[in-house]
Amino acid sequence: MVGIVGYGAYIPRYRIKVEEIAKVWGADAPSYKKGLMLREKSVPGPDQDVITIAVEAARNAMKRAGISGEKVGAIYVGSESHPYAVKPSGTAVAEVIGAVNDCHCADLSFACKAGSEGMFLAYGLVKSGEVEYAFGIGADTSQGAPGDALEYSAAAGGAAFLMGTKNVVATLDCQYSYMSDTPDFWRREYMHYPRHAGRFTGDMAYFKHVRGGVEGLLKKAGAKPKDFKYIVFHQPNGKFPVRMAKDLGFTDDQVKTGLLVPTLGNTYSGASPLGLSAILDEAKPGDAILMCSFGSGAGSDGFIFTATKALPKVQGKAKKTRDYLDTNPFYLDYGTYVKFRRKIRKNVED
Amino acid sequence: MLTPAIVRRNTPQRYRMEAAKCAKCGKVFFPPRLICDACKSRTFKPYTLPQEGTVVSHTVIRTAPRGFGDEAPYCMGIVELTDGTRILCQIADCEPERLEIGLKVAIEFRKIQEAGESGVIAYGYKAVPER
Repeated sequence: MVGIVGYGAYIPRYRIKVEEIAKVWGADAPSYKKGLMLREKSVPGPDQDVITIAVEAARNAMKRAGISGEKVGAIYVGSESHPYAVKPSGTAVAEVIGAVNDCHCADLSFACKAGSEGMFLAYGLVKSGEVEYAFGIGADTSQGAPGDALEYSAAAGGAAFLMGTKNVVATLDCQYSYMSDTPDFWRREYMHYPRHAGRFTGDMAYFKHVRGGVEGLLKKAGAKPKDFKYIVFHQPNGKFPVRMAKDLGFTDDQVKTGLLVPTLGNTYSGASPLGLSAILDEAKPGDAILMCSFGSGAGSDGFIFTATKALPKVQGKAKKTRDYLDTNPFYLDYGTYVKFRRKIRKNVED
Repeated sequence: MLTPAIVRRNTPQRYRMEAAKCAKCGKVFFPPRLICDACKSRTFKPYTLPQEGTVVSHTVIRTAPRGFGDEAPYCMGIVELTDGTRILCQIADCEPERLEIGLKVAIEFRKIQEAGESGVIAYGYKAVPER
């Protein structure tokens, strides 16, 4: 049986509150907090990027999997914010965990579903027998233009999932993907910040594709919403996944464990993967989990997992998602935030 | 000057904290050496350093060298890892007033330096206070 043999999360320590951003732009913080159902977001430190986040998440997954790095045959890092335009992020992950040189590496992008794309590829390669273990990693240091609504939510974090067939902690029982060519959110080459189509990103993009992904997945698996203990959808804000879950017939109880966005923000490619890692931190053997990502452009990847008896044995072997999210945050003022995010134009040193 | 060759040559130590343990007397060297200064043996076994430790000495850099100015003030320290090996490294995510001898830290993978806006990025280990 193919499934997750190790998983890990990483979230930077820095945070900024909605009020701190709103006061700079003369915006009404309570309106943003209510509209986005979001109070604060994570911010990467000046020495953190997608590579450092992916490495830490992968290390935590390796602690739980308890295998040597040389057994990992493929590593896929999905992100909207790879540090290099040309040079892979996954190779650094491979070096750190000791997966070199006998390994296939690729960086992926598909807006916010680049992480789940990696999980899909890793699952397929393991299932085919091509490799023994494969990593799917979603991580981002998300971009949002100063003053744009995205600035209130664009956050940093990531999660890594090692797929394999031995000592599986959550079986991957069913997978389904749904997509169309829908230009709801994009970033052109050489541009610092993405652009979005405002309200068009809702019904025509997020809701259409997550609905398509979940309904297709349920049909393929012959399952119903009540069959699941936990669900997690892509979470660009607090409102979208909660409304989507309700529309599809899921309850708040099924949503709450994987809903991190109110204090995490939107970690783009890391968003639904981090929700899944938070669920795996809590799940018990036999619990069924439904995950559906969303990436603008647009598409969704849906997965059904079932926790095994092996899961409780590995949950405590690495820091849990909530440990990163809730413990000892450091709040930034807006000035330090824009310095950390390199939004200030400076003279270039010789 | 940070070059691609330097980044590549430092990878085993900076990325994986690969040390060398003397096969004869067991002394650990980081970075690895060719001859053990304790027993003069030339035979070493690869050894990966542990990822937790304690700050045994520290300072705060307020006037930073070129390329690190945006990070000042930042913390540096000698960290004694759980196996007794001592390393010198930056202590990240740490307010200077929080820095003290005995501070428990974990090793994390971080950016160390960038060769300008278009050059290579050097990554490596830093200590961070346990959350």
